[in-house]
Amino acid sequence: MSSDALTGSSMNSELTRLTAAELAQKIHSREVSAVEVTQAHLDRIAAVDDRDEGVHAFLHVDASAALSAAALVDESLDAGTAPASPLAGVPLALKDVLTTSDMPTTVGSKILEGWRPPYDATVTARLRAAGIPILGKTNMDEFAMGSSTEYSAYGVTRNPWDLRRIPGGSGGGSAAALAAFEAPLAIGTDTGGSIRQPAAMTGTVGVKPTYGAVSRFGLVACASSLDQAGPCARTVLDTALLHEVIAGHDPMDSTSIDAPVPDVVEAARRGASGDLRGLRVGVVRELSGEGYQPGVRSTFEAALRQLEALGAELVEVSTPHFRYALAAYYLILPSEVSSNLARFDAMRYGLRVENGATSAEEVMALTREAGFGPEVKRRIILGTYALSSGYYDAYYGQAQKVRTLISRDFAAAFEQADVLVSPTAPTTAFPIGDKVDDPLAMYLNDLATIPTNLAGTTAMSVPSGLAPEDGLPTGLQIMAPALGEAVMYRVAAAYEAARDAEDGGPLIQRVPGLEVSA
Amino acid sequence: MSADSGAITRAEVAHLARLARLAVNDQELDVFADQLDVILGAVARVGEVAADDIPPTSHAVPLSNVFRPDERRAGLTQEQALSGAPAAEEGRFRVPQILGEEE
Amino acid sequence: MSAPASTPGLVDYDEVVERFDPVLGIEVHVELNTNTKMFCGCPTDFGAEPNTQVCPVCLGLPGALPVVNRAAVESAIRIGLALNCSIAPWGRFARKNYFYPDMPKNFQTSQYDEPIAVNGWLDVELDDGEVVRVEIERAHMEEDTGKSLHVGGATGRIHGAEYSLLDYNRAGVPLIEIVTKMIPGTRERAPEVARAYVTALRDLLRSLGVSDVRMDQGSMRADVNLSLSPRDSGVLGTRTETKNVNSLRSVERAVRYEMTRQAGVLLDGGPVVQETRHFEEASGTTRPGRRKETAEDYRYFPEPDLVPIAPSQEWVEELRGTLPELPWERRKRVKAEWDLSDEELRDLVNAGALDLIAATVAEGAPSGEARSWWVSYLAQQANTRGVELAALPISPADVARVIELVASGELTNKLARQVVDGVLAGEGAPDDVVKARGLAVVSDDGALITAVDEALAGQPDVAQKIRDGKVQAAGAIVGAVMKATKGQADAKRVRELVLERVNA
Repeated sequence: MSSDALTGSSMNSELTRLTAAELAQKIHSREVSAVEVTQAHLDRIAAVDDRDEGVHAFLHVDASAALSAAALVDESLDAGTAPASPLAGVPLALKDVLTTSDMPTTVGSKILEGWRPPYDATVTARLRAAGIPILGKTNMDEFAMGSSTEYSAYGVTRNPWDLRRIPGGSGGGSAAALAAFEAPLAIGTDTGGSIRQPAAMTGTVGVKPTYGAVSRFGLVACASSLDQAGPCARTVLDTALLHEVIAGHDPMDSTSIDAPVPDVVEAARRGASGDLRGLRVGVVRELSGEGYQPGVRSTFEAALRQLEALGAELVEVSTPHFRYALAAYYLILPSEVSSNLARFDAMRYGLRVENGATSAEEVMALTREAGFGPEVKRRIILGTYALSSGYYDAYYGQAQKVRTLISRDFAAAFEQADVLVSPTAPTTAFPIGDKVDDPLAMYLNDLATIPTNLAGTTAMSVPSGLAPEDGLPTGLQIMAPALGEAVMYRVAAAYEAARDAEDGGPLIQRVPGLEVSA
Repeated sequence: MSADSGAITRAEVAHLARLARLAVNDQELDVFADQLDVILGAVARVGEVAADDIPPTSHAVPLSNVFRPDERRAGLTQEQALSGAPAAEEGRFRVPQILGEEE
Repeated sequence: MSAPASTPGLVDYDEVVERFDPVLGIEVHVELNTNTKMFCGCPTDFGAEPNTQVCPVCLGLPGALPVVNRAAVESAIRIGLALNCSIAPWGRFARKNYFYPDMPKNFQTSQYDEPIAVNGWLDVELDDGEVVRVEIERAHMEEDTGKSLHVGGATGRIHGAEYSLLDYNRAGVPLIEIVTKMIPGTRERAPEVARAYVTALRDLLRSLGVSDVRMDQGSMRADVNLSLSPRDSGVLGTRTETKNVNSLRSVERAVRYEMTRQAGVLLDGGPVVQETRHFEEASGTTRPGRRKETAEDYRYFPEPDLVPIAPSQEWVEELRGTLPELPWERRKRVKAEWDLSDEELRDLVNAGALDLIAATVAEGAPSGEARSWWVSYLAQQANTRGVELAALPISPADVARVIELVASGELTNKLARQVVDGVLAGEGAPDDVVKARGLAVVSDDGALITAVDEALAGQPDVAQKIRDGKVQAAGAIVGAVMKATKGQADAKRVRELVLERVNA
């Protein structure tokens, strides 16, 4: 390698430490090129993302596609054209659940191994239109079912804070890519916490927008009434910038909300000034007591004190039906899954396993048996059961009623408070293998995040420090009413600024170096 | 069977797997039956909520009347449509013999 | 496996109706003729190259989402209104879950327990003028499936096929399913009532312009439910559902066959099995579908990818305002306007001529001429060809033009029939045929005068009678002239010339 390349490499490693906002500023002022920024991240991926020993955030990296997208941005900027978006030229990691016409989309499943969709998801199209180079597709629990990425058919993603631990899930790949400085931006999807819980476990920021705020067209469905794509980054401002790129009405999604996108970038900037006077923050006690790790509780209490110090008024709110949320969720989700995943039948695309079988019926059953992992099969069977005649009313029907009650709890709480807060996850990142054979223990990870999905409201996770007992990150969950993203971002930005000030810098800078194979 | 009795038998799991077109093996049946029993025991909690007069929520956001104009949009070419097909013939998806009859 | 039970024989039809009361129920699926599919922007054209009218949505690709076609909803509401149904103020689509290769998502998106139209009726007139009111339970929206081609094996049918080829062009085409309530009390007329209902429904849908209603192309498909109750017992029997009934005649035959078959089973002491049966066009019989090993459980639940449909009162009323004159309204009107007896009207209806006549009148023709053409000459042509009147390759506009040409003297009645023959032979519109065949009336007075003079000279006694004031005798001279000009003269003008020249 030439000495130029070595200098480049050291400059590159600095580039990967920058925020998306900083990178955009440097690219748009032509201080660095989009190609250099993209190459820096590709180099970082090559250095730390080894499947067997490294982070393994990516299932697929497409250097040439990313670099040519970056080159187009450079060309356009060099020609004096205004940037296509405030993030033009800043590369991104895309969860492998969103379709891409130029890259495989596997959803972490064997059943779609090598599938190349003939179309782009709306989110993908918006990223492209915004001049955001897509580095590749990130790992996830199969069909977004899981809280650890251990249920990926393509191997686990490792937590950059401790490679022996899980990064959360299902969007562990996107979160780990951010924490490992492999990408400054990422897209996740959140059905019961799949953006927020990995954010908490990796010390990054993740937002689950209001249901209907971001198009689901091209998002391979897990549970249609719960799924929502959202932005992930290392700072609240970066997350807000990405939020504005992907949100907004899409006529291809019937459940897309036809309303202006809240001005979350402005809210994040304003929040960073640190003044939360007049704001009421509701503390959801149901989501912070029993079953929560001591360090999660202590960092949460510290966050509450910080919010108070910023001028917010803390109020206790009661959400009596949240205790049924997990049960309702694990009826509604599998029911929808059982139907959504029926299309994977070996007839039109994806895996086909014949094994000597001669009928379509047998081939379907053999393929689905071989192509789905145990967690997916478990949920398909559970959902098939919950929707069966004779059980529907007691299970699915009753769960939908509980869903109504949870929405009512939120509505009542938002009468008393502008935002609600809780820890994002009950524990910090657990060791790989710890819960993989105990589905119920795995499900408990989503205790605090699930109510938001059931109600269709918005919530996010921001880093809230390290748990003293294990030195691993915890997350503060901030919840807001439907389309209340602006106030949520404002509180998050204010809290982030206060915590960074108290810590003497962003938490993420304390992540280990990970020079695995550099 | 009512929701709160919970227990799910191995035979029921086998029936559900058939409905869901999953050729699960015997060992899996044992594991799933045990696990689903535990999970059903937990999720049956929804039955504790008195909700007779509560309307069910099927959609998180209360939208209605979302329509598309009756206008044609470019779709896929035959080649694109068949691009992911495990087998194709004469512009069609080729599938093994179908045993059941159309609905 | 036990040996198959011996098949009970069929029972004589008269005996069936003496001992049993048939109870009918009819489900009709109609493909709408919208530009695009139910949930995506793909075309719905019949007969395109396989898998060329597909997109990620109707192919059920991962990630694709449905969006409801507004025009399909409007058609559904209009159908509901025309069937005197209430339009549901709120309703959702549901997913009907079952695996079948012609269904890309392995669920069908269909309105299940929240149909858009409920509780209506359709008055159906039988051949002898008796009117039966068929009550409509519901009309709901759903999507069609793809088509499979079975390859290998002897018959090209599903049984014995080695493999199948799937074309999803039809997948997602909007369907309206119209379901009757039970139709009791039809007695021996059950087969006729069934056919008359499907016919009336077809005419209604055609007049609404919402579907091609081509049973031969599958854009209208009927399933016939039938059970037998012991005569006057009021006890409902077990019903069968017969599918694959693809013509009006087959509807009648299928009902009749099932009545005789079920009666045979019952009189043999056996129970009628609740099952789906398939109508065999060639033999006019029904055969059982393959028995399913387990009862289907469709696990319906509300479609989360689609939001509820809540038609406002204003929208429904606006659509009501777009309803055309419906067949029974038209009948009432033309009966009065054309001064028809009940019997005359019924004959027109039975001949399938009423709508064609009305359409011809709408094109400007007088009703008398329009009727005359359709019920005599054109009816003969249809009969000769063995097709329905409406299937003749001539439009009401063509017929109206021919009538106009006759009225203006450009064609004689005889020539007009030749023009119609030309149109039916595919030679083009009436004016094209006139031109191509050189059928214009001889209107050159010079040529006619010569012919008239010759005719008068040839029959001096007749000429004298005319001169004596017996004007009606002119007919013989006119006839001779017409013969001499091979009918290509305007008889009216000839008559005028005869009266003029006789005194010359």
